[in-house]
Amino acid sequence: MTLAVPAPARPGTAALPTAGLRATARITARADGVGGATRLPVLDGDGPLALRRVRGYGHQARVCVVGAMSAPLGGDRLAIEAVAEEGAALHITAAAATVALPGRNAGHATYDVRLTVADGARLEWLPEPLISAAGSDLRMTTTVELAPTARLVLREEQVLGRTGEPTGALRSRLTVRRAGRTLLDQETAYGPGAPGWDTAAVLDGHRATGQLLVVEPERYAEPVGVRLLGEAADGAGQGVLAPLAGPAALVTAVAPDALRLRHLLDEAARSHLQIGL
Amino acid sequence: MSRAALLVLADGRFPAGGHAHSGGAEPAVAAGHIKDAVTLERFCRGRLHTAGLVAAGLAAAAAAGHDPLLLDDAADARTPVPALRTTARKLGRQMMRAARATWPGPDLDALAAARPRGAHQPVVLGVAARSAGLEPLDAAYAVAYENISGPATAAVRLLSLDPFDATAVLARLAADLDRVAQQGADAAARVALEGTDALPAASAPLLDITAEAHAAWPVRLFAS
Amino acid sequence: MHLDHQDTFPERHTYSAADPVRADGRRRALRIGLGGPVGTGKTATVAALCRALRDELSIAVVTNDIYTREDAEFLLREAVLPAERIAAVETGACPHTAIRDDISANLEAVEDLEAAFSAEGVGPLDLVLVESGGDNLTATFSKGLVDAQIFVIDVAGGDDIPRKGGPGVTTADLLVINKTDLAPYVGVDLEGMARDARAQRGELPVAFTALKAENGVKPVADWVRHQLAHWTADAA
Repeated sequence: MTLAVPAPARPGTAALPTAGLRATARITARADGVGGATRLPVLDGDGPLALRRVRGYGHQARVCVVGAMSAPLGGDRLAIEAVAEEGAALHITAAAATVALPGRNAGHATYDVRLTVADGARLEWLPEPLISAAGSDLRMTTTVELAPTARLVLREEQVLGRTGEPTGALRSRLTVRRAGRTLLDQETAYGPGAPGWDTAAVLDGHRATGQLLVVEPERYAEPVGVRLLGEAADGAGQGVLAPLAGPAALVTAVAPDALRLRHLLDEAARSHLQIGL
Repeated sequence: MSRAALLVLADGRFPAGGHAHSGGAEPAVAAGHIKDAVTLERFCRGRLHTAGLVAAGLAAAAAAGHDPLLLDDAADARTPVPALRTTARKLGRQMMRAARATWPGPDLDALAAARPRGAHQPVVLGVAARSAGLEPLDAAYAVAYENISGPATAAVRLLSLDPFDATAVLARLAADLDRVAQQGADAAARVALEGTDALPAASAPLLDITAEAHAAWPVRLFAS
Repeated sequence: MHLDHQDTFPERHTYSAADPVRADGRRRALRIGLGGPVGTGKTATVAALCRALRDELSIAVVTNDIYTREDAEFLLREAVLPAERIAAVETGACPHTAIRDDISANLEAVEDLEAAFSAEGVGPLDLVLVESGGDNLTATFSKGLVDAQIFVIDVAGGDDIPRKGGPGVTTADLLVINKTDLAPYVGVDLEGMARDARAQRGELPVAFTALKAENGVKPVADWVRHQLAHWTADAA
């Protein structure tokens, strides 16, 4: 075993860890009076996280995250903060997949998503997949704070490596708090440095994995029935729809690739959860 | 305290119901994912670093004296399918019965009264370890070891695997076990400052999916 | 809100059958175990006992299948008891472990049945039968799980089984030698079996049964009634 001897800090010269960029995009959705249309008083893109308002349906406001440059690269510190205030309806999508790439500088990138949903508000967070390119190292967090009557639809998809390449290192933690209590806390760790990830207990050769979470306090006061998705045998991937220990339904799926993963999640949404994504 | 209590707690013959559970090995054997010692070792390594790590953190935190009801909630948040929550509570209730007979104490009584249908098994095991005078790291070791010895024993029964090979698998995972137990104990040491968010939350999608599939089998040898 | 454990059940303080008192202070149901080798008629005996006793007693059954639920489903199919009176315990391919070395899952199944019937106001259970999965001659029930046990063998297994002994044959509170109607066909000497059993068991009783016959389970049912009378008398 070799132990790396940490270099002594040189005050004033090497304090900045990397030359990566820092960017935080912010969105705030506000209902115009009771039952009124949702406005976006805050819609601030930053760096590679450009935001576009797109046409919404009914009272809902829709925002699309447009990647303005390649990111996150090693060393980058990216964040998105979205707030749906009381009674607001906000739907967020992305124009394209996010690709984690290795940077010129060693060191990992971070990408932190913070979502806050107030009472009576509904947030749909439906980005495109996160692709972990070979050699990349990304640590992602998604932290959701829900008020007691808040509603949420959240999709998260991870693709391990672009076509034909090995995956980078990808750690991702999803924490959902509701009414002061943690409803869901899940950390995934795939790729170099994550022991046991590519085994029959975790992914077993699948290169795409994802979750679809629906929190609906009234609808899921009674737990949703468990459903198995896909068939292990025919290479379509597999998944399960199950109730959490709270008023929420979670779909967990693994698949050979992003396309078949999306198919599983869409199928569960349409056939079993009766929601369109 | 007596360190030897750890041997009693971690003994496969400790009568806490574990013998009827395969830890996901039964569906993995049926799917052809576990078929010999090599594939058993891969499965166990994956399980150890995910479900085992989460259990190690919870057990260590309970052994350190943190509120077992908060830890039980943290366990729920880290267990996204009902089949595994039900199994964890069933085994927790059975562990509680055995623990109260072996190391009776007010902490165990209080948890039994608060969760009559069972708290998550690693939490109960941690409180039992505390009642036995053991350290958080001891509890992490006991629960992490059980996390892989269960599937290994099940594979011996399901595949007629050579028991020497299965035991050698466990021996080869010793370094991983050290690491996971230490990670669990280190995380538990941060709970006082950071709350239960400090505890590992490692997920294993296939363990979750196949646990629900297995629970729906009409005929099976193991309860989970 | 917490959806997984909304039910509130009374906390139980017992560790095992060693404590015969319910949480409410009343004497709990008598627990009788039925063990024995595969195919000797354990499930058929349980079914026949239920039919013979269900009109006079409140009965529940816990099964321990090799392959889970087969025996429980047999009992359901035969409609000897309503579904809520039958519970199945999985044994992880080790049925003797579940009744002897680690009885926790069986104890829970028994206690859950008792709690359900105490809570529903339909009257508490009088008798719980715990049926072991088919196993070998060494499998016996822990005293922590049952108050008395029946070991079931049959004549087709060979007339030398009582002579060979083993913990089940030697120590069971009742030895049932089943399928006596087959004795002429398999060349078995029933009197020799009775003699051998007496040599192994001393004063412990032996019942010869042919369950296919009208009221063939009567000797076993009578023995159960006798046990229950003692159990109830002890409480007074």
